Amino acid sequence: MEDKIKVAGGTGLSAQDISSGKIFLTEDSLDCTYAWDTGVAVNRYLEELKKGKIIATRCRKCKRIMLPPRLFCELCFIPCPDWQYVQDSGIVNTYSICYVHWDASRIGKDEKPHLPAVIEIDGAAPGMGIMHILGEVEPQEIKIGMRVKAVWKPEAERSGSITDIKYFKPC
Amino acid sequence: MRKVAIVGAGMTKFVRRALETPKELSYEAAKITLDSCGLTLEDVECIAHGTAPDAFDGLHQNGEYMVDGCGGWNKPTMRVYVGGGTGIHAVVHGWHHVASGLFDTCLVVCEEKMSSALPHAQAFFLTIFDSITERPLEPNLLWIFALEMNRYMERYGYTKEDMALVAVKNKLNGLKHPASQFTEEVTVEDVVNSEMMAYPVSRLDVSPVSDGAAALLLVSERVARRLTDKPVWIEGVGWSLDTAYWATRDLYYPRYTDTAARMAYEMAGIREPDKEIHIAEPYDPFGYKALHHMEGLQLSPRGKTVQLLHDGHFDIDGNLPMCPSGGLLGVGNPIAAAGTMKVCELFWQLRGEADGRQVPGNPRLGVAQSWGDLMQVSSVVVTGI
Repeated sequence: MEDKIKVAGGTGLSAQDISSGKIFLTEDSLDCTYAWDTGVAVNRYLEELKKGKIIATRCRKCKRIMLPPRLFCELCFIPCPDWQYVQDSGIVNTYSICYVHWDASRIGKDEKPHLPAVIEIDGAAPGMGIMHILGEVEPQEIKIGMRVKAVWKPEAERSGSITDIKYFKPC
Repeated sequence: MRKVAIVGAGMTKFVRRALETPKELSYEAAKITLDSCGLTLEDVECIAHGTAPDAFDGLHQNGEYMVDGCGGWNKPTMRVYVGGGTGIHAVVHGWHHVASGLFDTCLVVCEEKMSSALPHAQAFFLTIFDSITERPLEPNLLWIFALEMNRYMERYGYTKEDMALVAVKNKLNGLKHPASQFTEEVTVEDVVNSEMMAYPVSRLDVSPVSDGAAALLLVSERVARRLTDKPVWIEGVGWSLDTAYWATRDLYYPRYTDTAARMAYEMAGIREPDKEIHIAEPYDPFGYKALHHMEGLQLSPRGKTVQLLHDGHFDIDGNLPMCPSGGLLGVGNPIAAAGTMKVCELFWQLRGEADGRQVPGNPRLGVAQSWGDLMQVSSVVVTGI
């Protein structure tokens, strides 16, 4: 038996099927809490962010100066015990102007769009970017290749987090 | 390694919200696949199944839950999971089972039910980002696609209108697919003017949220010769995972796809893929991604893909038809099932059974590819007759 294309099942439901009670639903929600250890390399990264500095690790073999810093080079697979400060400036490798929240809900009318970007940090290996957000810039003025600099939280407010950098602004 | 053939394929309709449970969807696809080649579950020696994040279903270890719907009762059963790459990775996985000589028959079943997660399945993708260096920035999944799409467009001077043309063409192809969840054509203007999600990604640049399942039956050569005079052979498989430090690789080129494709082509003895391959089913959750992957699959020169798209090179009657199924943009995107659907499409196309969307000229060689995780995995299958 060799029949033609077979499609079966996949019974579509409409919103009305649900609201009218035609089908039954059960609901549940999960509330999970985690405490993540920051790890050997990233712990130092966060310590330095708290001081207002960005630190990288350097691979002795491929010579990459890597962000975020790592205990080992994933390319050469050797330990990276050498630490090196890099600048808190860089260039925009790419960016987006985002109108939805993390759960895909639309941002409010008065809310400004999120401005995520990949920023190639000065002093790190070429092309070595981190994800962060842009600020103090009109969305339509952002360009790939634009130079930007970190805007730090006041020292007293820093907590050892990537958000100790509030955003990067054009410079 | 032994030759492996595909002898049966089947799928459910892809819908925004299905009445069926994941287990029931899996059953429908698996059963119709067995029926399509006249076999029963007794003939199946092992199961390779796939479903993407457990979080979509709120069922931890969802693979175990699915097993009954996949026909896995008391059989050697293994689940693979590489995010959006799962649907083709599971086929690669099934191929191993048969090519190794361990089994003569393997049922591959992939399922996804995205509608259960409220308010939107996308929320769960927050948890794929690095928990310490990225998640405090409250990223959403659209960010990384938008960042990648912008970088890709900037690199080659492609426009939003160029990228929109993929959605237009794929959705048009999808209208002829009996499992498609779409009923209407769209224009470039519709896509460009649709709600902006995360510049440069507009709503119609994105494949929908879907429920559905797809399945394939893989067999050894000996069994294939007994079952059918139209086996479709798996000529090559490849897969690759790039670094999870996604911001440190230049996003304009999918290196993971390049690596996976070259592995599959070498196995298949393909030297000039752009000349030898007749049908391509690159993974297209976003319009730009189909083109991005065509370049990674070595099916289009970097930076020239938009010109070829405009020239009709990738149309059903073009030199290298792209996504004749309609793809994720045209049929739907129940994550793991969407990839398997692409291999189902190659199976039907190479057998000349694709009805209204049949690629003309008796195509003999096709490639399907899926992509996922943190923009880092590609799985590739080359099929031929």
